[in-house]
Amino acid sequence: MPTKSKPAKPKVKAILDSYQGDPSMLVSILQDVQAEYNYLPKETLTQVSQDLDIPLTRVYSVATFFKAFSLKPRGRHIINVCLGTACHVRGAVRIRDEIERELDIKPGETTEDFKFTLETVNCVGACALGPIVIIDSKYSGQMKPDKVKTLLESYD
Amino acid sequence: MVTLKIDGREVQAEEGKTILEVARENNIYIPSLCYHEEVTPYGACRLCLVEVTGNGRERLVVSCLYEVADGLKVKTNSERIAANRQMIMELLLARCPNNQAIQELARQLGVEKTSFKLDDNQCMLCALCVRVCQEVVGVSAISLVNRGVDRALATPFYEPSDVCIGCGSCAYVCPVDAIRFEDIGDTRYIYWPNNKMEFKLKKCKTCGNYWAPEKELEYIRKQANLPADAFDNCPDCRE
Repeated sequence: MPTKSKPAKPKVKAILDSYQGDPSMLVSILQDVQAEYNYLPKETLTQVSQDLDIPLTRVYSVATFFKAFSLKPRGRHIINVCLGTACHVRGAVRIRDEIERELDIKPGETTEDFKFTLETVNCVGACALGPIVIIDSKYSGQMKPDKVKTLLESYD
Repeated sequence: MVTLKIDGREVQAEEGKTILEVARENNIYIPSLCYHEEVTPYGACRLCLVEVTGNGRERLVVSCLYEVADGLKVKTNSERIAANRQMIMELLLARCPNNQAIQELARQLGVEKTSFKLDDNQCMLCALCVRVCQEVVGVSAISLVNRGVDRALATPFYEPSDVCIGCGSCAYVCPVDAIRFEDIGDTRYIYWPNNKMEFKLKKCKTCGNYWAPEKELEYIRKQANLPADAFDNCPDCRE
């Protein structure tokens, strides 16, 4: 029984072509697909499996193995709160709680308007700046709970 | 050919074989769960560990992956091996405390109880079913997904698989009976630890019994290039 064939995504096709359909480039291909869609939509995984001629089980195993891949839609901005030791002792948990309260989501979740996704990380190697919050690729050090609201409001 | 010693006994072995294979050929028992001669060894259960001596040092290796070499000295049992196997067994027992096969092997290895926090799984993630499905059956319907404590055996997206033919090889080969299947009426049910699937069985034209999943027969028919009516009758009614 073939999968309900949705129209193939042209962007995925272009990504696959740029790797000449090389199955050993699976991780790179998935990274590019995720960069395109912000997450890995189900039909793209099926398409990758068909085009590379590898089992869907393999694509799915790889996609669920790495934390960098998400199978759920994510927000336009990814918030990473560092909960490493240095940030932790400087009150990172309170920062996280404040963001949770402000956006009404838990780590791993996305706001209803797909604006923010909240994630936590265990040390980004910028301990001197702790507690630190990273939104997309911008690092905001010496965070305080009362600075959270202003920081979040600066994104659209 | 290479010559090695297993438990002081000199044995001849073909190059490229693993310690476990050679030991079995010579009727030397090494416990294991995830090894099967028909598929690529995987080294998942770690129970088959043995001590090898090379460069004057003894070290523990997994015998299902370690290739034999000339002059290799292997011990399949020692205090160190027993202690390590018991620890592995305790961990397996903590993961699958209610699994009969694991309880039985634990008893054999002298493990009565585990000091770790009990979970309640049947599957111990050895991926033997995954390897058989891919390498022997050739369909790859199931695999290990996620990572770490969330690692699990499942079909992609935990949904009914498009490629599964319902053959039941996964259930047959599972060393701890974590996968089951049963045929009720015209339907076969396969129960994996995290999801299940149903398959329509084919009815024999002569005796009217349901005897095998339609998808499986169709798959075999295509693989073997058989005529369309090759499986109209069950094996008992075939001429």
